Amino acid sequence: MNRRQVILDLKDLRTRFHIAEGTVYAVNGVSLTLHECETIAIVGESGCGKSVTMLSVMGLIPVPPGEIVSGQAFYRNRDLLALSEAEMEHIRGKEIAMVFQDPMTALNPVLTIGRQISEPLRVHLNMDRAAAQQRVIELLEQVGIPDPKNRMNDYPHQFSGGMRQRAMLAMALACAPSVLIADEPTTALDVTIQAQIVELVTRLRDALCMAVIWITHDLGVVAGLAERVIVMYAGMVVEEANVDDLYDDPRHPYTLSLLAALPRIDRRRDRRLKSIPGAPPNLLVAPHGCPFAPRCEFAFDRCRIETPPLLPVAIEHRARCWYDVVNGRPFE
Amino acid sequence: MTRYIFRRLLQAIPLLFVISLVLFVLMQNMGDPIATMGGRNVTRSADRERLKRQLGLDKPIIVQYLYWLVGNDWTKTDLDGDGVAETPGVRRGVLRGDFGLSLVNKKPVTQVIGERLPNTLLLMLTAEAFILIFALLIGIYSALRQYSTFDNIITTVTFLFYSMPVFFFALVAMYIFAVNFKKWGLPYLPTVGMFEPTAGKTPLQVAWHMVLPTATLSFGFIAGYSRYIRSAMLEALGQDYVRTAKAKGLPRPEIVYIHALKNAALPIVTIIALDLPFLLGGAIVTERIFGWPGMGRLFLDHVSRGDTPVVMGILMMIAVAAVIFQLIADILYAWLDPRIRYT
Repeated sequence: MNRRQVILDLKDLRTRFHIAEGTVYAVNGVSLTLHECETIAIVGESGCGKSVTMLSVMGLIPVPPGEIVSGQAFYRNRDLLALSEAEMEHIRGKEIAMVFQDPMTALNPVLTIGRQISEPLRVHLNMDRAAAQQRVIELLEQVGIPDPKNRMNDYPHQFSGGMRQRAMLAMALACAPSVLIADEPTTALDVTIQAQIVELVTRLRDALCMAVIWITHDLGVVAGLAERVIVMYAGMVVEEANVDDLYDDPRHPYTLSLLAALPRIDRRRDRRLKSIPGAPPNLLVAPHGCPFAPRCEFAFDRCRIETPPLLPVAIEHRARCWYDVVNGRPFE
Repeated sequence: MTRYIFRRLLQAIPLLFVISLVLFVLMQNMGDPIATMGGRNVTRSADRERLKRQLGLDKPIIVQYLYWLVGNDWTKTDLDGDGVAETPGVRRGVLRGDFGLSLVNKKPVTQVIGERLPNTLLLMLTAEAFILIFALLIGIYSALRQYSTFDNIITTVTFLFYSMPVFFFALVAMYIFAVNFKKWGLPYLPTVGMFEPTAGKTPLQVAWHMVLPTATLSFGFIAGYSRYIRSAMLEALGQDYVRTAKAKGLPRPEIVYIHALKNAALPIVTIIALDLPFLLGGAIVTERIFGWPGMGRLFLDHVSRGDTPVVMGILMMIAVAAVIFQLIADILYAWLDPRIRYT
């Protein structure tokens, strides 16, 4: 399946934040690969490091307090983490674009939508005003904003939530990037609007052959969108699989719990949804052992001492667990 | 928008009436203008009575206010004290543009103020330009380099300057740049007036004489404003839209000076608009120390002699300026922030 070229290759990324209370171990050795035109989803609960991972790749972590301790992020064989700020400016928005969670705060309230969309066109493609304006109208049309000629002169507060996110998408797509990073783009939206945005991204991805990294905490959104899913917990990848395998044959206890907490239309309705006991891990403590062990129903002694590696458990399927959930006993 | 401006100006009218009444009443407590008129000589009580009648100070305060407001040319005054009002009044009142005569030198108030206002405007506009340029430079620079050595030094210096009294700064500046520079044989700065009487009022002379007063006026404001600008910029730079701008690959100057500064400008405009009217009123301490013939010195000289017409003229000018600058600030808001709309 993955004969396509690797476009983004992330190797052992570690990001920390040095704050007054100590050091936050936000990302602890994340590796992932993204192929051309492929969509992957990064799933995990709030604070598991999924956004920080992608912000690190984009060089958008405020330093200080942030620090990228180690790792490489190869985009078309160039390590983004080693590039200078000036070189990164040519990557951001042009090669790799990003859409953020809350389009109300992510758009500048005092600049028109049209201006904000035209900025990457001017900066990266050296378009003049007239050409940029023409392209903005096309882009707004493409993302389904009615009457783009007039609406481009509106300010963000004059747009509805869904329209703002469409405008954000138009902005990200302006320079036809090869990679789109969508950081929880539907979280702040109504469910019906969510579906529209997902549908829109799917359509544009297919039309432009764009690789998409979709960050979300909503496993429901992922199903119809991504080809592969990466489950993160406490700044680590705990499971990685093709989307169907992950839903039908989850191998990590955390993924199992996530799926058990998800309402499904094909299951009996009278079954209670299961919540995961305990609280997410304290990232102020350096990771030791399996980070999920304190909340895991299968955890045994080894889990608390030794951090499991990300091991292949099936074809194109890896999990970070000492316990074989299929056979109901520890590995080896 | 035009309707909004019109309405705001209409609303200002009753406000200005109330302000003028309060100020007028308060002015009556500033001392007896007649007491200072005879200089060192004691004024005879008969003369005092006559002067009081001539100046209309024998009337109840509300009548005095009425005369000040609408004039007294519609009524007759009893000047010689025989109980018969025979002399028709000549005052036309503030509402008809007559601010009266100064009690001190009998010159029309408009002329007295008119002689001083250009000097104050010259000093104040220069100072304001310096304040804005340096406050913006320092504020933005230290926001971009938060907690750097530069930022820490600037923070210390601004707090020192902000808390330093104006007169102290002025005297230290005089001591260094006038007294000691002269002693060391360096080109030293003048400390008094607008020009050397021997050299005449040339632009170069005036500019040279403005250096110390301008510096004295500016330092506190630069210190204060740069703090506001620093914190407003820091807040704007931490917002999501700045991250979005960065994610678009925009060059840093465009992020800082357009995306962040346009948002940070709002709170700054408020503060500046509130301070501007007071600059019109002149700087009492600075003008006094440097012998600058401006509004501040005029105010001080006349308020100490209970010269109600001149003092009222100055205060009303400041009040009107406050109303107008506030309106300008509100219009600027709407221009800077499209979310604000007036109807």
